[in-house]
Amino acid sequence: MRHIISILLENEAGALSRVAGLFSARNYNIESLTVAPTEDPTMSRMTLVTSGSDATIEQIQKQLNKLIDVIKLTDLNEVRHIERELMLVKTRATGQLREEIKRLVDIFRGRIIDVTDTTYTIELTGSGKKLDAFLEALDSKAIIEVVRTGITGIARGENALKL
Amino acid sequence: MAEKIRGAEILLRALADEGVEFIFGYPGGAVLHIYDEIFKQEKVKHILVRHEQGATHAADGYARATGKPGVVLVTSGPGATNCVTGIATAYMDSIPMVVLTGQVPKHLIGNDAFQEVDNVGITRPCVKHNFMVESVEDLAITIKKAFHVATTGRPGPVVVDIPKDITADVAEYHYPDKIEMRSYKPVTRGHPGQIKRAVDLILSAKKPMIYSGGGVVLDDAAEQLIEFTRLLGYPITQTLMGLGAYPAEDPQNLQMLGMHGTYEANMAMHQCDVLIAIGARFDDRVTGKLEQFCPHAKIIHIDIDPASISKNVAVDIPIVGSVSNVLSEMNKLIRASGFEPLDLEKDAWWQQINKWRAIDCMRYDRNSEIIKPQYVIEELSRLTGGDAFITSDVGQHQMWAAQYYKFNKPRRWINSGGLGTMGFGVPAAMGVQLAYPDELVCCISGEASLVMCIQELSTCLQYDLPIKIISLNNRYMGMVRQWQEFFYDRRYSHSYMDALPDFVKLAESFGHVGMRVEKTADVTGALEEALGMKDRLVLMDIVTDQTENVYPMIAAGKGHNEMDLPPGVDVERELS
Ligand SMILES: Cc1ncc(C[n+]2csc(CCOP(=O)(O)OP(=O)(O)O)c2C)c(N)n1
Repeated sequence: MRHIISILLENEAGALSRVAGLFSARNYNIESLTVAPTEDPTMSRMTLVTSGSDATIEQIQKQLNKLIDVIKLTDLNEVRHIERELMLVKTRATGQLREEIKRLVDIFRGRIIDVTDTTYTIELTGSGKKLDAFLEALDSKAIIEVVRTGITGIARGENALKL
Repeated sequence: MAEKIRGAEILLRALADEGVEFIFGYPGGAVLHIYDEIFKQEKVKHILVRHEQGATHAADGYARATGKPGVVLVTSGPGATNCVTGIATAYMDSIPMVVLTGQVPKHLIGNDAFQEVDNVGITRPCVKHNFMVESVEDLAITIKKAFHVATTGRPGPVVVDIPKDITADVAEYHYPDKIEMRSYKPVTRGHPGQIKRAVDLILSAKKPMIYSGGGVVLDDAAEQLIEFTRLLGYPITQTLMGLGAYPAEDPQNLQMLGMHGTYEANMAMHQCDVLIAIGARFDDRVTGKLEQFCPHAKIIHIDIDPASISKNVAVDIPIVGSVSNVLSEMNKLIRASGFEPLDLEKDAWWQQINKWRAIDCMRYDRNSEIIKPQYVIEELSRLTGGDAFITSDVGQHQMWAAQYYKFNKPRRWINSGGLGTMGFGVPAAMGVQLAYPDELVCCISGEASLVMCIQELSTCLQYDLPIKIISLNNRYMGMVRQWQEFFYDRRYSHSYMDALPDFVKLAESFGHVGMRVEKTADVTGALEEALGMKDRLVLMDIVTDQTENVYPMIAAGKGHNEMDLPPGVDVERELS
């Protein structure tokens, strides 16, 4: 099953490669990984999407916890949570396409953030599934470039991952 | 304000404040400031090895024998890469070690400078943690962290990479007594509820089995383990790494389990109804085929490392904590329960075990004229009362040492179990002998392993380390030959040691004593003579039976109840 693991780690040189190295050394799979400093610059927050059997996920959590740079972690699957991903898409925007794409962007509540005679650049946030659906709805010949940040997530309500 | 001193001096003062006795090292450009500082002080003694791999194994041997962290110092580039095998060896067996590696000056990092390697990157997968020191102000605190991380929780090697300019920069020296790391807080006290549940299950067992590992040795918990086992009267087996934590000659001890374990230990594992795993990690050489592992048992697992629990085998009652703490708590509950220990004669489970034991699965031909390797170890064990420090290399001789030497005390058996590193034995013995100059230290080796770190015989001469090397010379990489005999139709591909040196002359050329032994009748006398040379290193080249195999054996992928016993042993007939 797919799991979203949220990690607080020391904002140290090499911390990211320890996490990435763990996954490759133990043959775990990473679907996506995002990381950036938190409001406390000595700490980073990482969101990691992985998948595996319950036993594998348990091992992944234990092995992550064992890394000296990892301060705390939580499996967002175990709590009510929100996940979001940001995507930027550059498309052809000529002739009929100009109107069609504009309408599609509105339906998906995206925004066109850059326009030229021949192209649009679109910004869209949502769950991974929603972004997939948008790409499917677009005429594939129209797509020039796609950039996605990977999933980031947070628990709902009072629940929080902090020191 | 304190006076400002150079990084190199800060480092040496920090090591002295940590109580470091020995640094095992080898100099080079990136660590010359540090070597200059070593020259100027007397608190920490530097041992000059002949190859950096030797430094890591020596520090490792010192750590295994004493429980104190071993310390290594090497230069950047090749000095650091030569350490990788030794670091990985220590990592696999959870040995506390601090390895200081030189690095090119900060402004050259990333430029492919002379003798630059990404040492933090290379060692990352085989260390508990590693650091690159960013500035001279961070140096002392980083050393403190390194020792803290290496020696607490599940121990392990820690690498500290030190750019050369930092050893020349100056700062005030402050060494903290204690250190708190918000991201590193190992749990040592077991959960009382889990301990209670486990004890209830333990006391209700009909066919219990205790399986203890290296964690008991590392945590110095032999005393608690012995009390636990005796309060219960239950059978106990140990892993290769756990030997010595429970006295070999005690009747409750079924000896080693696993691939080359005893018949009784493996059969008891297979049939037990409650398995109590203590400081052991369910290694594949121990479990055999996982689907067939302890099929009837509820499993309790005590370990300091949560990640060891339910990694290979799902357990019913996990207890995270130091084994000494958890066993002490359990012993209190068992004493309070008024439990009567099992009777080794009358109890039905013991009667079954005693039948398995009567098979005598480790018998061999004691009347052979050609020297049997098992006999050499048995004699060594008898002559030394099971009380010598024994290091070993890797191969058949290692297994025979584990099987036939009667380890009655912990920290006496020093071998590379997890990584299986040939070349470990001699340098490890140096580390042990330095720690215990008046004790007998023997290295049991094979002629192939022995030459992998043979250069350290020079180090032994320089520091007067009178270790006794007992090389079981079968002119084969015996363990490889055994597998080729069993599983590759006797195609002995590259396992024959052609063109061996004259080991007697070799020992002599290094300034030591060499002995060659060729007949069974001479073994005891030769051992006595060698052990009698208290202040000389003796290399015994003992010519053994080339065709001898290690038994019992569970072939890879088989279960505990599918052992191969020595030729001529018919279990069916003997049990009926
Ligand atoms: C560094 C290293 N290389 C290769 C091996 C694989 N290996 C395991 S046992 C063995 C043979 C050891 O021969 P020897 O030291 O003569 O001991 P014997 O088995 O004959 O007792 C080899 C090559 C190893 N364990 N370590």
